[in-house]
Amino acid sequence: MADVTITVDGKKLTAPAGALLIDVCRKAGIEIPAFCYYPGLSLQAACRMCVVRQEKVPKLQTACTTTVAEGQVFITDSPEITQARKATIELLLGNHPLDCPVCDAGGECELQDMTFKYGAGESLYAEAKQHREEQQWSPAVFYDRPRCILCYRCIRMCGEGMDVWALGVQNRGASAVIAPNGGDRLDCEQCGMCIDVCPVGALTSGSYRYKTRPWEMNHVSTVCTHCADGCKVTLGVRQSNDGSAIVRADNRDKSGINGDFLCAKGRFGFDFVENPERLSKPLVRNAAGKLEPATWEHALRVAAARLKEVRDSRGGSAIGVIGSNVTTNEENYLLQKFARAVLQTNNIDHERTTDYSAFAHALAGHTGRSASLREIAAAPAILLIGGNPTEEHPLLAWELRTNVRLNRARLYIANTAEIKLERQAKAVLRLSANGYTHLPAYLGGSDAAIANTAFREALLAEESLVVIFGQEYRGAPVEELVQWGVNRPNVRFAFLGDLANSRGAADMGLLPSLLPGYVPVTTPGAFAAEYSGMPTAPGKTHPEMLAAAANGQLGALFIVGANPVSSLRSDPAQLKGTFVIVQDIFLTETAALADVVFPAASLYEKTGTITNTYGDVQLVKKGADRAGTKPDFEILVRLAGAMGVDVKALVPFGKTGMTADLGQSRGAQAGEADRHAVWLAARGLEPKLSPFDPLAALDEIERLVPAYKLDRPNLFGGNDATTDPGFVPVSALSGPDLVTPTHNGLFTSGTLGYYSDSLKDLQRHQTPARAETAAD
Amino acid sequence: MSSETMTIFSPKVAARFDALVQKYPVKRSALVPMLLYAQDEVGYLSDAVIADVAARIGITELEVRNVATYYSMLRFKPAGKFNVQVCTNISCMLRGAYDLFDRFQDELGVGHKGVTPDGVFSLEEVECIGACCWAPAIQVNYDFHDDLTPDQVPAILDTYRGKAKAEGTAAHA
Amino acid sequence: MPKLVSHPDEVKIVTRRFGQGAANIDKYIELGGYDSAKKCLAQGPDWIINEMKASNLRGRGGAGFPTGMKWSFVPKQSPKAKYVLVNGDESEPGTCKDHLIFLHDPHAVIEGTIIAGLAIGSKLGFIYLRGEYRYLLEIMEKAVADAYAKGFLGKNIFGSDTEFQIITQSGAGAYEVGEESALMESLEGKRGVPRIKPPFPAVVGLYGGPTVINNAETIATVPHVIAMGGEAYAAVGSPRNGGTRLFGVSGHVERPGVYELPMGYNLKKIVYDVAGGVRGGRKLKAVVPGGSSTPVLLPEEIESLGMDFDQVGKAGSMLGSGGVVVIDDQTCIVEFALRTISFYQHESCGWCIPCREGTDWLKKSLTRFHAGFGTAKDIDNIQYLAENMMGRTFCPLGDAAAMPTLGFVKKFRKEFEDHLNGKLCPFAKHTELAVV
Repeated sequence: MADVTITVDGKKLTAPAGALLIDVCRKAGIEIPAFCYYPGLSLQAACRMCVVRQEKVPKLQTACTTTVAEGQVFITDSPEITQARKATIELLLGNHPLDCPVCDAGGECELQDMTFKYGAGESLYAEAKQHREEQQWSPAVFYDRPRCILCYRCIRMCGEGMDVWALGVQNRGASAVIAPNGGDRLDCEQCGMCIDVCPVGALTSGSYRYKTRPWEMNHVSTVCTHCADGCKVTLGVRQSNDGSAIVRADNRDKSGINGDFLCAKGRFGFDFVENPERLSKPLVRNAAGKLEPATWEHALRVAAARLKEVRDSRGGSAIGVIGSNVTTNEENYLLQKFARAVLQTNNIDHERTTDYSAFAHALAGHTGRSASLREIAAAPAILLIGGNPTEEHPLLAWELRTNVRLNRARLYIANTAEIKLERQAKAVLRLSANGYTHLPAYLGGSDAAIANTAFREALLAEESLVVIFGQEYRGAPVEELVQWGVNRPNVRFAFLGDLANSRGAADMGLLPSLLPGYVPVTTPGAFAAEYSGMPTAPGKTHPEMLAAAANGQLGALFIVGANPVSSLRSDPAQLKGTFVIVQDIFLTETAALADVVFPAASLYEKTGTITNTYGDVQLVKKGADRAGTKPDFEILVRLAGAMGVDVKALVPFGKTGMTADLGQSRGAQAGEADRHAVWLAARGLEPKLSPFDPLAALDEIERLVPAYKLDRPNLFGGNDATTDPGFVPVSALSGPDLVTPTHNGLFTSGTLGYYSDSLKDLQRHQTPARAETAAD
Repeated sequence: MSSETMTIFSPKVAARFDALVQKYPVKRSALVPMLLYAQDEVGYLSDAVIADVAARIGITELEVRNVATYYSMLRFKPAGKFNVQVCTNISCMLRGAYDLFDRFQDELGVGHKGVTPDGVFSLEEVECIGACCWAPAIQVNYDFHDDLTPDQVPAILDTYRGKAKAEGTAAHA
Repeated sequence: MPKLVSHPDEVKIVTRRFGQGAANIDKYIELGGYDSAKKCLAQGPDWIINEMKASNLRGRGGAGFPTGMKWSFVPKQSPKAKYVLVNGDESEPGTCKDHLIFLHDPHAVIEGTIIAGLAIGSKLGFIYLRGEYRYLLEIMEKAVADAYAKGFLGKNIFGSDTEFQIITQSGAGAYEVGEESALMESLEGKRGVPRIKPPFPAVVGLYGGPTVINNAETIATVPHVIAMGGEAYAAVGSPRNGGTRLFGVSGHVERPGVYELPMGYNLKKIVYDVAGGVRGGRKLKAVVPGGSSTPVLLPEEIESLGMDFDQVGKAGSMLGSGGVVVIDDQTCIVEFALRTISFYQHESCGWCIPCREGTDWLKKSLTRFHAGFGTAKDIDNIQYLAENMMGRTFCPLGDAAAMPTLGFVKKFRKEFEDHLNGKLCPFAKHTELAVV
């Protein structure tokens, strides 16, 4: 729309015609208070806080419903307006309990802030306040009726934002209440978005309520450790006896790719870090065959000696290394470098959930064909093939819904089953059981296997298209699908994987035949300078490693954050003859069989980067701290050190020659020093004085992996930096399709979910509701 | 859900509802009258009524409750067979509505929103019923009685008691 | 059965057929019914709207918006279907005029709806009656069925190529639904909460289509305007206030009832002459001129007050719905104010803060005050609250509660003060309402 000029408080402002006055003012730094207005949700004009005076209009107008037009003149700050806002607050405070000292929202309450600003300090109300007992609607959501100011944000967020519609308003007038769909319980996706948008303490979180005061927390922006969408999450952390504990997770600054959004796992599933079964001491198997606590020095010495011995006596091929889907890029990179350069083996793999190597192979040489999540969120047309984002990729589902709702994006869905996102779809193609393999041919114009020309024609009429496909694709069909798209203009792709850094694990070369950036290990001279002595024959896959262990061919198996005994359903006896070293946060089935166990820090307790399934790289920051644990990066460096390796060749630290600590130890308590460090890091100037600083590894990743040309200021400013698999060398190989999707749902998250009481409670809450539906 | 097999309403009302949902450009327009007719038959909006109506309109039970709880004629607990609604709004008040309401309370032995133990009557103080020029006025279910004095109360109640008895006898026969 | 009244000063236009059995379609036709609709069908929309504009007919629901102008706002071409919506959710305390129209002249409502439909190019009209008016709804349903049977409604009305259908609809108890956008919400099967305006219903209304919403009395007047001619109708009333008005006189008068009087008729004469004066020879204390939301007038203020939108407005009140409530000198104004505000508290939809909280607070304060537990500061607080509700609410209901409250407090402050210091209300008996 054409720009218009309006005058607000004497200032000339330019904005597109038809924009909402409240947005125009806020953008210009003019504060307009509002309870009910919430960007992106439908307008209410119910709270009457945003009233302004428009010239030549008799009544005060609500800024949230006023659209700007040329020449309008507004006053947003005058005694009349202040009085109107003050009166509204006085009315609210008439019945609003002043239990701020015990209210979760105290200190973070919009009503408190407005009262402070407009000074409704005197109570004109003499009647007894109407009290109602607080209600628990689910393990996650509590409702305190008297605190509710009926702004309807929760109802709109649940309905419009989440497409769940689990909240309503009942009764009328002063008796009006927010009500859940299950009468006295909430049957929903438990995302907690209603709590997040509540401007007061009416909706509170089961995991956070009455735990702390907001000002006692430090807020650390990091990335969620659960699914592969990579939501930015703000951890509220507080000092505890064991270090610092996470007491809350939300999306406080709304600055990440997820904007407003966070799902149940991101919001409530952080409590695994506090699980009493958390490992906090290294364990070494004693002469009696029992794991017993040991010092770090002892455990490292035992593990290092054994690795060295096996390597030197039987060669690197007798050692296997299995990495993780939830460790950082730097850790993954370091692990495979350690395997290849130190242990001299390509027996390095991880539990693959998605065939990213096929994807990289297909896109190699085609730059600009990968879709970042931000691109998906703004794409005018999207084809979603397979998958069920609502359950497995809640953020993607949110972005797709929002894009359809606010931008009228056109969503096309091809799936064998009915999925919830079809409610937003413009067209749906129902596929038969093996329909996915036929789809590339169908898109290419063949009606042989799928007869639905209308769907295809609508798709082909789109000027640009983002194709998102699920784990149903692996191996050759991935290439066929991508091939169809790269032959057309303006088609981009995204591939849905499972875990927080599954994409990073593949990108960083936790693969037996591929180096970081999908460079084949057989490539002559590849990485020769950094990885001296690396074998050039492809190594074993992780099932092959386990099989080799069973056959007595594996002298040592080094496992970081993986649980192959459980995931491959291996017979524990298979590992009997192999020296097993495990780094993990819990004593998993695999760790329980190990000879040495190192207690690792979780993703919430370390610094580094991770890559979501769309190839967006984000900075992970240390929020919590758990005494006794160490980040996997540090354990690896120490292990290498204990093996007598030149650590500087492994981690190129200390190169800038700085001599002072300028804050590289980013911790929960870092303040000024932390900001300074971000400034330095963004410019590649940070001192990296310590070999434990993962950013030293990031420098090498950026140098060796062309897809990781990261926009550092963006990355270190807390935003997502995109990668482009188009920069993968065309020599890239497609690995064998050894893919086992985890299909974690809204409340499951593998091992982490198993140790999260919050998620287990939510699962229990959901179960009876689902059973009832089934019996109906 | 097929209305023939699952409905909790009488065939007559069910048929009426089947017609009602077809009548409007948008199905949901049938909701408010349907709730009122359902209440006329069942006596109140039970959970079963809400579920049935939700299925007929094709919306969630929560949506039905959101709407139903908005309208003051709709109730969620049984009332008496004859619901006596005494208007006490200004025009009626000026002409003795409170005395009238008191008399009803005395005669029935119940207060506002009370139901007599035999279930024949319930009493309600209501807002303006649109009979201001013939005040004070009441409605018994949908029947208007206007220009009343407290002395007329026993006779009015007797009439309805008689009806209840006659219908009760008919039902037992 | 509501009693019909009559007075020599009445000019019977809308009430012309009352009491003559015109609910029967043949009787209605015999009395000239449906001639106006046929005439409009022949003359076309522009002619109808011109006649309506010439008539100076202003909305009888209370706001007094010129009907012809309202109809002219509907776009001629619309991709979405257009609708006529008749507002028979008569709920303003003191108002029962539509009650009589539905009872005695249902076909006038149907004929008016047809004419409105012809004027704006709509094929479907809705007649919405409040849920309490079940027996009147049944009368309307019968009348609509009869009109269909005669071919006056349907695919080819009066044998023409023009289609017009009518659906009758019942509410279920909500004053707020009388607000036009809330009425549309209710008709769409939702909570009766008003909509954000703009867009106005004439552009985006029922089901998103352009919609004309008129009060039942307005619609029932339309056939008469057409029959008389717009100018002749206008000549009956006062300047810019065409025709007659149904004044429902209630409260402490000798002869309460609905009287049809020319616009601009003197209020004092309505009280003392038409309605027979204050009951039992008592003295007049105050008059609420147009339904409970209109500020109260003192005896001296009605002396030479002509009852039309402009004159009553100038006197600081509103003509409103034409419900004249007469209050004698034995009435406690605090109790009257409490009963008034209780209504608005009960009917507030709860959407916006000033109305939801304001009405509730006013009711509680007045309850306590009336029971003798008030303080001098309460009087100021009540006034402060009402002043801060005025003009700040989402829809006019907040004003409807605040305006009369301000009237009572300002004009009867002394009587409020008389309730102070533990003194019981000098008039009322019902002090047990106290909740303190």
